[in-house]
Amino acid sequence: MDLILVAVISLGAIGLIAAVILYVASKKFAVYEDPRIAQVAEVLPQANCGGCGYPGCSGFAEACVKAGSLEGKLCPAGGQAAMEKIAAILGLQAEASEPKVAVVRCNGSCENRPRIVKYDGAQSCKVAHATCGGETACAFGCLGCGDCVKACQFDAIHMNPETGLPEVDEEKCTACGACVKACPRVIIEIRPKGKNNRRVYVSCVNKDKGPVAMKACKVSCIACGKCVKECSFEAIKVENNLAYIDPNKCRLCRKCEAVCPKNAIVAVNFPPRKPKVETPATEAPKAETPKAEA
Amino acid sequence: MKTFRIGGVHPAENKLSAASAIEVLGLPKQAVFPLSQHIGAPAVPCVAKGDVVKVGTKIADAGGFVSAAIFSSVSGKVAKIDSVIDASGYRKPAIFIDVDGDEWEEGIDRSETLVKECSLKPEEIVEKIKNAGVVGMGGACFPTHVKLCPPPGSKAECVIINAVECEPYLTADHRLMLEKPEEILVGVSLLMKAAKVDKGYIGIENNKPDAIKLMQEKAVAYPGIEIVPLKVKYPQGGEKQLIDAVISRQVPAPPAIPISVGAVVQNVGTAYAVYEAVMKNKPLFERIVTVTGKSVVKPSNFLTRMGTPMSQLIDAAGGLPEDTGKVIGGGPMMGKALMNIEVPICKGSSGVLIMNDKEARRGEVRPCIRCAKCVSACPMGLEPFLLSTLSAHSEWERAEKDDIVSCIECGSCQFTCPSNRPLLDMIRLGKSTVMGIIRARSAK
Repeated sequence: MDLILVAVISLGAIGLIAAVILYVASKKFAVYEDPRIAQVAEVLPQANCGGCGYPGCSGFAEACVKAGSLEGKLCPAGGQAAMEKIAAILGLQAEASEPKVAVVRCNGSCENRPRIVKYDGAQSCKVAHATCGGETACAFGCLGCGDCVKACQFDAIHMNPETGLPEVDEEKCTACGACVKACPRVIIEIRPKGKNNRRVYVSCVNKDKGPVAMKACKVSCIACGKCVKECSFEAIKVENNLAYIDPNKCRLCRKCEAVCPKNAIVAVNFPPRKPKVETPATEAPKAETPKAEA
Repeated sequence: MKTFRIGGVHPAENKLSAASAIEVLGLPKQAVFPLSQHIGAPAVPCVAKGDVVKVGTKIADAGGFVSAAIFSSVSGKVAKIDSVIDASGYRKPAIFIDVDGDEWEEGIDRSETLVKECSLKPEEIVEKIKNAGVVGMGGACFPTHVKLCPPPGSKAECVIINAVECEPYLTADHRLMLEKPEEILVGVSLLMKAAKVDKGYIGIENNKPDAIKLMQEKAVAYPGIEIVPLKVKYPQGGEKQLIDAVISRQVPAPPAIPISVGAVVQNVGTAYAVYEAVMKNKPLFERIVTVTGKSVVKPSNFLTRMGTPMSQLIDAAGGLPEDTGKVIGGGPMMGKALMNIEVPICKGSSGVLIMNDKEARRGEVRPCIRCAKCVSACPMGLEPFLLSTLSAHSEWERAEKDDIVSCIECGSCQFTCPSNRPLLDMIRLGKSTVMGIIRARSAK
């Protein structure tokens, strides 16, 4: 009997002492965490994609609360809607942001860009890029091993088995930029979605000189400069044998697309051109051309 | 018989061209010289379009201390300075020379007579080696003069000559030893003098008994040079493995280098190039290249001028067989599959291997069965299965901790894997990434 009593008393005493220590410690070392951080984190998509530039959603939430302003902050996955909610919680003003989307700048399908060798190493674009120039004569284009597909957390990019090229699902793409980082050849670019989802861009990243690029692929940019001359808005530049259309200057007139001798310039989500008359792009609103991106 | 301690594999030797004497290959129509055919900074062209050059004219200066000059192997006119697809599969800047006749620079001793006496000081020998653009001929192409100038605080104790030729198929070094033994020995003495040591070892695997015997006979006349027969095991030609095999010393993990344990390792081809550079005033512009393969009509060893397209060598060996699966620059273990057979022969091109379709194909990749064969095979004592997984998952910190940078990329792990896993492919990716991270960190 005695033994049980001693045990109960001693255990009880230990428990009591521990409780007191814990209480004191929790008061003394208490860390105040702004409750708004948890609130902000709740409205974020919790994909931890890193597209905002912070380490995961909680990191972004903390940064939003601590910064005291939402300037330059955007959750690409949550988009404008998420930013509005955060603004409401924090009593701040959300910055107006332009929706963006990932764009694959290579059109070197099996048909356009003949395969000259067969790569049978590890199925990873990074490995293929480091080991050889790829299966085609173009040392800049898509390698087709699908590193971008693996990198996407939103199931927004898939390989098209027919062309061997990745295709972006515009609905699902959040423009977080994970695919851009995954691509060893920097083929994917984050571009503004554009008015009515319409975009005009150079779908090629080949920096070889014209004759070399011409031999490698049917739809390569050969830096002929016709688009530069045609553009009335100075939106196109040719650097390192490659044309680039500045999305901020482009007015979507599609004149460059028409003059490109290699069809390297792609215009997506435009209505089909009317024969003869050049229609300004903004006129026909509900346009859904089947012309897939990339 | 000696060999290195850990790991190693035994691929089939297939030394098909061992009995073919070295033949002199004809001149190409156009010779192409990529500017980066060595480790280090690319060379800087010192000729312009239209310039007339002779055999042995310098066409590009070294682009830094760790770099090497490039010399024309032909006489003719510089056609253009443009880009060419090299063994990497990418376009790199190169000098193109249209061949016209075969006129050599004066001062190059073209006679066959053996010159043994050398009164030059060690520094002068290094300077001559440097001015002849000599680089390691085994394939890595590390500028030779850099290896002969030890960093402060370290001192060379011996020169080890790599005459192991552990790569299957290749026989360039074997033939060189059989045909130019005295020249090699003089070259080794020069290297010993330049490194200020009095001990030189020549490591030869015992699958070349004729070369061992001949070299042993000739070496009697050269004090300090010892021929070390070695048990056949791949990758014995790896610098660290060779040091372990010959003098039983282990080079610690990077940043330690062979000189940290007192060894300077040079290839046997380099020793010959050093002999020619110092004694014959002949810069490095030709080398012996093995052209081989099971379906090749005439597996051969050619004395080839640099800049010759590989297709010319293949034609000389009987043409490209119909069942060709892969054309590899170098040996089957560490060589690189080529995208294009017009790739020019460079300082490090030891062989052209034509694999037939069946041989070339990689097996179907299956899951890792944790047999640990790769661990037993790794000559650096690493865990390839783990490193390749870490690399695939971008776990760079752990990969660095697990010593991924020690990998010598010998491919023993991939060779031995029963599941055909692309272990080396992934490790190479991880190694280069981790090295980039380390460089960025030390730059801060």
